[in-house]
Amino acid sequence: MSVSQSFKFRYVPSLKWVALIVAALVLLPIVAVLQQAAFVGNDLWLHIWQTVLPDYVSNSLLLMLGVGAGVLMMGVPAAWLAAMCQFPGRRWLDWALLLPLAMPAYIIAYTYTGILDYAGPVQSGLRHLTGWGYGDYWFWQVRSLSGAMAMMVLVLYPYVYLTARATFLEQSSVSMDVARSLGYSRWQAWFKVAVPMARPAIIAGLTLALMETLADYGTVQYFGVATFTTGIFRTFYGFGDTAGAAQLAAVLLLFVVTLIVVERWSRRRQAYHVKAQPRATATAIVLLGWRGWLACCVCLIPVVFGFIIPAGQLLWWTLFEAHVQWSSFWQLAWNSFYLSALAAVLAVCLALLLAYAQRFYPRQSVRHAVTLAGMGYALPGTIIAIGVMLPLAWLDHRINDAFTWLGWSSPGLLLSGTLVVLLMAYCVRFLAVALGGIQSGLGQVSPSLDESAKGMGRNAWDVLRLIHIPLMRSSVLTALLVVFVDVLKELPATLMLRPFDFNTLAVRAYELAADEQLVEAAPASLMIVLVGLIPVLILNRAINRRRQRG
Amino acid sequence: MLLLKRCLVVASLLLFSAATLAQVNIYSSRKEALILPLLQQFTADTGIQVKLLTGKDDALLRRLALEGMASPADLLITTDVARLHRAKQMQLTQAVDNGVLQQVVPVAWRDKDHHWFGVTSRARPIVYAPGRVAVEQLGRYEDLADSQWRGRLCLRSSDNVYNQSLVAAALIANGPEQTLNWMQGMVANLSKPPAGGDTDQLKAVAAGICDLTLVNTYYLARLQRSDSRVDNAVAGQLAVFWPNQSDRGAHFNISGMALTKASKHKQHAIALMEYMVSEQAQRWYADVNNEYPVVAGVPMPDVLAAYGQPKADTVSLTRLGELNQQVIKLMDQARWR
Repeated sequence: MSVSQSFKFRYVPSLKWVALIVAALVLLPIVAVLQQAAFVGNDLWLHIWQTVLPDYVSNSLLLMLGVGAGVLMMGVPAAWLAAMCQFPGRRWLDWALLLPLAMPAYIIAYTYTGILDYAGPVQSGLRHLTGWGYGDYWFWQVRSLSGAMAMMVLVLYPYVYLTARATFLEQSSVSMDVARSLGYSRWQAWFKVAVPMARPAIIAGLTLALMETLADYGTVQYFGVATFTTGIFRTFYGFGDTAGAAQLAAVLLLFVVTLIVVERWSRRRQAYHVKAQPRATATAIVLLGWRGWLACCVCLIPVVFGFIIPAGQLLWWTLFEAHVQWSSFWQLAWNSFYLSALAAVLAVCLALLLAYAQRFYPRQSVRHAVTLAGMGYALPGTIIAIGVMLPLAWLDHRINDAFTWLGWSSPGLLLSGTLVVLLMAYCVRFLAVALGGIQSGLGQVSPSLDESAKGMGRNAWDVLRLIHIPLMRSSVLTALLVVFVDVLKELPATLMLRPFDFNTLAVRAYELAADEQLVEAAPASLMIVLVGLIPVLILNRAINRRRQRG
Repeated sequence: MLLLKRCLVVASLLLFSAATLAQVNIYSSRKEALILPLLQQFTADTGIQVKLLTGKDDALLRRLALEGMASPADLLITTDVARLHRAKQMQLTQAVDNGVLQQVVPVAWRDKDHHWFGVTSRARPIVYAPGRVAVEQLGRYEDLADSQWRGRLCLRSSDNVYNQSLVAAALIANGPEQTLNWMQGMVANLSKPPAGGDTDQLKAVAAGICDLTLVNTYYLARLQRSDSRVDNAVAGQLAVFWPNQSDRGAHFNISGMALTKASKHKQHAIALMEYMVSEQAQRWYADVNNEYPVVAGVPMPDVLAAYGQPKADTVSLTRLGELNQQVIKLMDQARWR
């Protein structure tokens, strides 16, 4: 990025300030929560330290390790196969691999528990066939740490798949051809050229998956795995102790900072830029015979376990066992849809702003601000919700004071009681997702292109319009899609911040599932999945168009 | 953005006019399905509009606290006494000096300072598999720590507030040291780590993973009355045992309501509170969610009556709320997840 240092457009200083302000606004809620950590006044921390903290730390670490290894093993090979090869079923597996994105982790956890539990169809069938009883055989406990890992891998691998596939697609297959001509075998070329070149994108996806893992509450709580998130909830709710919860949240943030530092370190001094060259020369590697079927299997497994089985079970429950009131469902689906769309557009705009500020004004201050702005992703929704409410409620109170002072009647809560507070919470929570996608897209646009454009007397707007927008389209679309789906699935902040008489699909699904009516929760869960499919399909069409054009 | 603007305008209009409408705003940790029909009936009867926001107890308390006197909420409805007590402690509620409420709701089921009132009561007895457990083996909650139950007990997580309140009652009866020993004994007896809700514990007992557990009776009643034959079969293998009948009695808790300190529609909110303890509403809860009415004279649903008429622990519910934090610490020490 050193090239762009000398490269400054006229509007850039104001962009820097806008970016710093945006970052500050996004950070405000996190700071608001963390400053509560300063109120130490009881022996609670000692109690936590002595009794439960070791469990929280070890479980959270193990979970991250398991999920990290799992999403890499599922996401990367599938992404490469889908992007670069030709094999049976590739056309539909290419987009089917995205489907688990629409599946919230807590819902897949409920569903698999229903299927694999002692009383579920699998074990019952097994006992029926063999005549065994309880204790006669060993069966995997789905409600366990390993179960939580499996559930999260199944729904989080698409983050790696998405980012990795986007880079593989933009990688010219010429590099592979060159590697082959230099005597590397296909496998060597893959490990020595394709993967290292895609590493920034893969790690960006992995970081997202791990942050999501750290922030998860629904799954670990349901499976009875004590992690940092459940600990924060227990301290905050059980003990009603904000300071203690904030201290735990601070430790959680340490995890996140470590993660971000590791990510930065892993791509130190590396900036991969592809030439803005259409992939016209790219020829898919054709896999024939058993190789083709093996590739098909590699891509099919995540789809089957991450989507087809759980969605099938939800469909079964919805059709044959649940009592559905479809009339109220359209309202819920519409609420979920427009809220997610608004939040996605907002988050992506903010992310573009930050990413461009960083590109055109690569100073320490901007870089740190942008990095910090993404931290909200690893915090549980509830913590974010409280963080957003603190400043907004304060502002509301000041507005009310002003009205009273002027002798008018109180306007009530203009910000903290409306959708404004929800949108802000979503932005804080999911900005990292948008940023990850945009930055990896922007990173691939070589600064020399900007340079040449400038040399030809073009201004920043022209550079954006003529070079960046066409090159960045798939990254922006990806970012929009991922934020949209994330907001659609988001539960704790929505539950806590929504206005009166406003429900979403996730809220409905949660209420029924929390009331231990899994079957009744199925229709709403299925609807989340279906609404989430819409952007997946749109994105898929856009990518296909690009490919055909190319 | 247009939508957002429209929402803002609508919201502010609503808020501006809020004070003048015949309206009650509720923050409820009761699920929508278990309160909305009742509220709709109330609106039909009185013409008072009701707005509902559901959520988790503590999240609602936190929101109420942050909103302060500007909060639109008039009424807080929760499913456990510990949270009602916490709301009172956080000074989010106000006393309701109302003849109907004080007359109809028995002293045991309401706050002595009139801050909160019970709406329904729930029992948490032992549920066991009669085929594998003889009634004579059962006695008190305290006996669940016996070594005869090694590997035979299922318990829900200690995050669950029903368990917290049950342990609080034991703490009052037995003191911290014995309570800790008792919980350690129970944890040692667990057949699997705590996971899932009350219904999951019932299913585990029916499946033979364990032989007994602690649950609220309406979960068992729900399985019994379910349309699903699988659920009926689970309930068919289980029986209720009322512990501690020769001393303090079985543990009971309440779902309840409180008027918020910030209420702008006090009169209408109190009208709704009165409605919640009317015979009609009490019958509805008994029928729809199989809970015990708090109002004397309202008949118990048949399914609950079949479980028997236990002696209930009459310990002050306020005390259960006060002990909540100490209980959670003890639970952590006992390594009850």
